[in-house]
Amino acid sequence: MEFYWLLGIPLAGGVFLALWGNRGSAPEINAGFSFLTLLAAAALTARVIAQGPMELSDGWFFVDSFNVFLVALTAFVAFTTSLFSRPYMRIEKEHGRLNDARLRLYHASYQIFIAAMLLALTTNNMGILWVSMEGATLATVLLVSLYRTPAALEAAWKYFILCGVGIAQALFGTVLLYFAAEKVLGAGGGALLWTHLNAVKAQLEPTVLQLAFVFLLVGYGTKVGLAPLHSWLPDAHAEGPTPVSAVLSGLLLNVALYAVMRSKVLVDGALGTSMAGNLMMGFGLLSVVLAAFLIKRQTDVKRMFAYSSIEHMGLVTFAFGMGGPVASFAGLLHMTMHSLTKSAIFFAVGHATQKAGTQLMDGIRGLIKTNPTIGWGLMLGTIAILGVPPFGVFASEFLIITTAMHEHAWATPFLLIALGVAFASVFGKVQPMVFGETELPQLPHQPALAPVFLHLALVLMLGLFIPPYLAEWYRQAAHLLGG
Amino acid sequence: MTTGILLQIAQTLLAILVAPLLLGWTNQCRAWLQGRSAPPITQPYRVMRKLFHKDAVIAHTASPLFRFAPYMVFACMALAAGIVPMIANDLPFSPAADAIALVGVFALARVFLALAAMDIGTSFGTLGARREMMVSFLAEPALLMVFFTASLISQSTQLPHIVDTLAHRQFAIYPSLAFAGVAFWMVSVAENARIPVDNPTTHLELTMIHEAMILEYSARHLALIEWAVAIKLFTYSALGIALFLPWGIAPTGNYGALPLALLALAVKMAGGGFVLAFMETISAKMRLFRVPEFLGTAFLLAVLGMLIHFLLEV
Amino acid sequence: MATTYPLQIVNLLAAILLLISFAMLSQRRVVGLVTLFAWQGAALASSTAIIAWSTGQHHLYYSAGLTLLLKVIAMPWFFYRLVRKLDINRDVEPMLNNTATMLIGIALVIFAFNLALPISQMAGTVTRSTLGVAMACVLLAFLMMITRTKALPQVIGFLAMENGLFFAATSATYGMPLVVELGVALDVLVGVFVLGIFFFQIRETFDSLDLKHMEKLREK
Repeated sequence: MEFYWLLGIPLAGGVFLALWGNRGSAPEINAGFSFLTLLAAAALTARVIAQGPMELSDGWFFVDSFNVFLVALTAFVAFTTSLFSRPYMRIEKEHGRLNDARLRLYHASYQIFIAAMLLALTTNNMGILWVSMEGATLATVLLVSLYRTPAALEAAWKYFILCGVGIAQALFGTVLLYFAAEKVLGAGGGALLWTHLNAVKAQLEPTVLQLAFVFLLVGYGTKVGLAPLHSWLPDAHAEGPTPVSAVLSGLLLNVALYAVMRSKVLVDGALGTSMAGNLMMGFGLLSVVLAAFLIKRQTDVKRMFAYSSIEHMGLVTFAFGMGGPVASFAGLLHMTMHSLTKSAIFFAVGHATQKAGTQLMDGIRGLIKTNPTIGWGLMLGTIAILGVPPFGVFASEFLIITTAMHEHAWATPFLLIALGVAFASVFGKVQPMVFGETELPQLPHQPALAPVFLHLALVLMLGLFIPPYLAEWYRQAAHLLGG
Repeated sequence: MTTGILLQIAQTLLAILVAPLLLGWTNQCRAWLQGRSAPPITQPYRVMRKLFHKDAVIAHTASPLFRFAPYMVFACMALAAGIVPMIANDLPFSPAADAIALVGVFALARVFLALAAMDIGTSFGTLGARREMMVSFLAEPALLMVFFTASLISQSTQLPHIVDTLAHRQFAIYPSLAFAGVAFWMVSVAENARIPVDNPTTHLELTMIHEAMILEYSARHLALIEWAVAIKLFTYSALGIALFLPWGIAPTGNYGALPLALLALAVKMAGGGFVLAFMETISAKMRLFRVPEFLGTAFLLAVLGMLIHFLLEV
Repeated sequence: MATTYPLQIVNLLAAILLLISFAMLSQRRVVGLVTLFAWQGAALASSTAIIAWSTGQHHLYYSAGLTLLLKVIAMPWFFYRLVRKLDINRDVEPMLNNTATMLIGIALVIFAFNLALPISQMAGTVTRSTLGVAMACVLLAFLMMITRTKALPQVIGFLAMENGLFFAATSATYGMPLVVELGVALDVLVGVFVLGIFFFQIRETFDSLDLKHMEKLREK
């Protein structure tokens, strides 16, 4: 039952906000729906922990420890982001960048976006997975262009076309997958159900699946932001409203990577080789290195953290590409850490840019003086994302790099250099933003910084101590991924 | 064998003699379609007779090549007319030259004509020769591709063999042949200097191609060239018929079918002439720099036809 | 090759689809492009219907009907209106000249045919040989998106790509499961709707639908 609530609440929220979203309390309604979604997700998670993986509605939906963990994460970050966006959007409106009609669009699209992602995570049908991924893209296109500035429109257009083309490749991959599946499972809807496919994966035609995986990886990889298909990502993050940047980085990229992982499990089973893993490692490593060096050149704070997202998603892709229990475990952990930390950073950055009235890093100075909480939030978030102990990112990065040293020693220098470069450039740029001199005025609304510190506290906790049931859960998920 | 040779001679002569009639018929149809009163169908013969009775005037700067070219062009066209199966398949000549050689024969005639046009040194001749070469360098590959498609279907480059295969297979829709047919039509329009690529009745310097090359010719030389032009049109039409509407051509050894084949040829030629006149009436001459695009499209169609044959019909 | 007439017609339609893809590649006017897109949809719908009829795959009728409704009637109508309203029917200058584009196109077709060959040999459908054509259509549409600088041609290219994918699904597997096909159609519909809004936004901001204005964001 909680499962239907999970999908139904955000969908109903979308409809409700589309109809009545122009009233003053829309931000609270938005947060309320997100909170209910979080409750449903928590209930579902509790049930999966208690009862193990389950299929719902005649196998149309499927929940195991891998996706329920992402469901919980998605619902959680979606809720905290909605808390953050409450004052943020009010301030934007007062600055005259938005009006009621656009806020209504924002709130309705936000809920639909969450619904699409939750559907993508829980559906058992690889075709529906594609449909909901595309749905999630469509819901966010208009969010990216919300400010209607030339740059925002350009970013949204790029996002739409590039992701559209990318996802069309994924559709072709899905067609090929169905083509292979149909021979084993027979025609009809059942042939695209992941659980059915997983059961017969060894019988699927290897050549077709090989080709299918290339298309799926390129297609969904575009949405993960893997280099060289990443060029939409910094633009969309920089030009959209900050809550949208937070959910794009924190959630959508994860969901896209989830789609890749589901495909990889099938392909590995059919091929019996590490072809899929090698491809992922290649794309992942390229993303890490490229993004790290591009971070150095950024002047816009949101763009810089967007490149940092590319870097971290590359790292996760690399970890999943290596496979094996430890690497998959580390990948999942890193996915979680990155989602929490990156969205916290975007929350802090959002208020900082509102204060400074610019996204250029040269214009943002001395946060710690005028608004210590924002300043500390940004500083701690940056330290966390750069992998400084004792934050959780350190633990996951450490695991990934040690595994890489063991199994793919050639890749370690690249990873270490990239992480070093990223560390130096990000830290060097954030430090004056936080500690410099400034005369900036106060914000008209009290910024919502509780989510920032909540996220960072979680990241810190997971860095120091992973509760045994959570570790067990990750281990199960890692096992599902072929570990 | 002797009947074969007889048939060969008969067919070649027929083509040479009847060719101006097709030109006359096309002109007549065009006049009708444009609401003019039509010249008699025998008009090309009259023009040629008149030209043959005149004295030739030749420029002082002309070399022997200039005099020789019209005979060469005429001979090439006569040879081409002998290779293409028109009424019968049993042609002893044709093993000597297949479809590819046919393209070569046409090219030979063109090279001579272009050289002769440049020989005098007038600017019009050179201009015409250059334009003609531009058109042909684009048209020839397209024509070859059309032949390749037909050859792939029939597994031979011998025209009689191609006709035999195409005429006797079970009826089926061949998308490749449809593409090749359209490409062939476009190429023939270009090669025979018809609208929309060239206008055989214009002498406007901005647009003329073929006419610019033969401006300096007069009397019997001009008559021979005009005749060769008529034979070329006839041969191209026969080629189109052989490749895309081969039904009715008498197969080897079946001489009883000859009258019927003659009749079929007459009907198809008349139809072809009418369609050509119709197309010329409804389309306008295109600007010269659009011609490469036109022929590029023909080439594209021909290549697509071939690719589609590989994919869909093997 | 002793094949049945329905199959021959499907082959012919496949050839026509390919031809239309090339025509789209060289078409200079936006209205012409929309018309070609409608014809491509019509060819796709009729081939799907013929396959449905000759193989008895009834769910393909729905897919054919959906294509007819969306891609032959609704979207071209919407695009025509958009062109009229935004007054954007000027010459679309492609970034590459036509001859070069065509030659690349031919190379892509050969590539697609080669890529499709091993898969179509494995397919059990009677229409498997058209898979190469479908892939070629996808790649040609992709090429069209790359060579155009205006917004609407890019979108038409994207939709043409979708057409190619549909055709691939039909020829390789007699179409995807109905749910998926419905979902895809819904996505396409919503996508076009979003685009409609988007066009007006772009137009309002830039006073043009030329994407050349939108080259400020670069990788730095």
